[in-house]
Amino acid sequence: MMRWGPWETPTSFGKSLTSDKSKHEFKTRYGNVRDTDLRVDLVLEYPFSRSTGKVIGAFLTGLREGVLLGIRRPDGTVMVPPVEYDPVTGEQLSELLEVGHSGEIISWTWVDPPRPQSPWDKPHGLALIKLDGADTAMLHAVFAGSPEELFTGMRVTALWRDKREGHITDILGFISEVRS
Amino acid sequence: MSTDDGEVRLPERIRDFELVKSVRTPIRLRYDYRPSAAAASYLWAYSERRIVGHRSPVDGAVFIPPRGVDPRFGVATFEEVELPDTGHIGNFCITHLPIPGREGLEVPYVSAWIHLDGASVGFLGLVRGCHTGEVRIGMRVRAVWKPDDELAATAENIMHWEPTGEPDVPISRSGNQAFQGPSQGMS
Amino acid sequence: MTDMTEVQLMVRLLEAARSSIGLEQADIGFTCSGSSDFLAGQAFSFVQTLDAVGAFPPISESHVEMDGAFAFYEAWVKLQIGEIDTALVYSYGKSSPGSIRDVLALQFDPYYVAPLWPPSDAVIALQARQLLEFGIVSLEGLAEIAVRSQRNAVGNPNAVRASSTVTVCDILAEEVVTDPLRPSDLAAEADGGCAVVLATGSRARDLCDRPAWIRGIDHRIDTQALGVRDLSTVPSVVAAAQLAGAMEDRIDLAELHSLSTSQEALLLREIGLGSEIEINPSGGALAGNTLMAAGLMRIAEAADRISKGEADRALAHATSGPCLQQNLICVLEGA
Repeated sequence: MMRWGPWETPTSFGKSLTSDKSKHEFKTRYGNVRDTDLRVDLVLEYPFSRSTGKVIGAFLTGLREGVLLGIRRPDGTVMVPPVEYDPVTGEQLSELLEVGHSGEIISWTWVDPPRPQSPWDKPHGLALIKLDGADTAMLHAVFAGSPEELFTGMRVTALWRDKREGHITDILGFISEVRS
Repeated sequence: MSTDDGEVRLPERIRDFELVKSVRTPIRLRYDYRPSAAAASYLWAYSERRIVGHRSPVDGAVFIPPRGVDPRFGVATFEEVELPDTGHIGNFCITHLPIPGREGLEVPYVSAWIHLDGASVGFLGLVRGCHTGEVRIGMRVRAVWKPDDELAATAENIMHWEPTGEPDVPISRSGNQAFQGPSQGMS
Repeated sequence: MTDMTEVQLMVRLLEAARSSIGLEQADIGFTCSGSSDFLAGQAFSFVQTLDAVGAFPPISESHVEMDGAFAFYEAWVKLQIGEIDTALVYSYGKSSPGSIRDVLALQFDPYYVAPLWPPSDAVIALQARQLLEFGIVSLEGLAEIAVRSQRNAVGNPNAVRASSTVTVCDILAEEVVTDPLRPSDLAAEADGGCAVVLATGSRARDLCDRPAWIRGIDHRIDTQALGVRDLSTVPSVVAAAQLAGAMEDRIDLAELHSLSTSQEALLLREIGLGSEIEINPSGGALAGNTLMAAGLMRIAEAADRISKGEADRALAHATSGPCLQQNLICVLEGA
């Protein structure tokens, strides 16, 4: 018996979460009510403005200016997006360099329907993309008509937002390099 | 802010631009929140101007609002107890800073731990109807409810608490009665 | 769980755990819990859950904002110090009021990844695709794991997904929901909780006829950046298994905290668990994933079978973070 799975988690509210019949009924001036009739949308919202420091700040500055940056690791490889300390050795990193706007898909999946808070409002690919000049992959969307169009090894290129502010979504997503 | 953690070498292309120093990353999570049966029963009674607590099966202590559990012993509670809307102040605080988003709340305001007659623990309430300097531990208060036609299954039914003018509850007998140490016992 | 709070659920579980071996809260030397405020939508929600423990007079207590398996580890460390001889560990998760897929997006890098709100099942799928493309597992292999979980879960009263008749064909006939994964490839969400009592040496022998002894326990973590890792390997579980001494002797059964069939296939390969070992006799987290408690449940399920004499040596695994980023291995032995 399958009660529910992740694909049935409600994205809208007011929908009953289980089929259990409540045992608890009360007589009130509103008539007979069940405990399950009481519900409220609890919304937790935090504005969060985060300091970026010099490394992440540089990457976001690059995004604002339409430039993609990586950072050189002690072993000589290039990490994109860049972070301040090497994830394996812990050493401080400081040498930022430009990487390409295009790259290849390392892995991908398809998101349908898109999550309510994500930057996208249509079904889209979600992929790990290794940009030219980088040795690590970054996560972002790939726009395509259907999942059948996507494949590991596919060449994609960044699609830029017109007005950019220094945010990961300055990149709208990636599209097939062939079509760009 | 933090100390300078060393120079970062930028490629020529972006060296002259003003560096991004912060980024906005708001988060928003939504929950479909439903109270337990104990809390729901309490809220529905509240909508009818009735205050209902739970009595502990261990020693009869009365908890309000009820959560279906006696937190001292980790046991379930079931027995409902109707409580009056009068009580006393167990503790209080006078605040002079406004709360953002609560423009209707005049400052200074008094938040107090309200201990209803018959309850063993208190809950938070607003005290009005007297000068802030008059508020004291042991001061007897009564609830000021919203009009009947505005009552609903919500904690907002009681707008605030006002002094009754009756003699104070002595400090030694005021406040929390359920969480006394083993040597003090229950009063 | 619409008519119960987490507190009310834990009251009965904690009482059952303690009373099954005749202990009261006052007999417990240390209490440690695992849970997430993000599921409750309330900061410090675990403090309220202490109402279920009966923490008065005040108790020695700690909490991890993680799966209870890591609270179990903390309790084990505390017991090593030698000042106490019993510990109570519990964990719970009521994820139904919120949305797991969105909550888990917040565990990512807040600058580069979290603002994209990647759904948790999509992240799992990114790793699954690599396993398929590298030939580590096939779609049929994934379906076999799904079938095993559902069939094993039939005897488990805590499972929410069980079937004695489901076949590989049934699974492969399901429509893909998160390419390449199907609904049965992903763990079924469930509200719930778990409570476990630990005791040392002679105390354990007094309390229980056949305790499940912790012979080895260790946990390791990899970097959280998905693009830096090789998602087709799990170095942290290899290290944890080695440091816990997992393969030093025969293993009868393994309870793995895999949140997808793909993760299970990868764990079997990385830890080196062969087909002679019984895998997830409870059905595993696939049969019922209580976020924040599923890992502790694996330890509990393994320990339970040892205590019942159904196994002599078991391996329990718990994980945290995306795509098996952090892994705990616990080796349990009877007698």
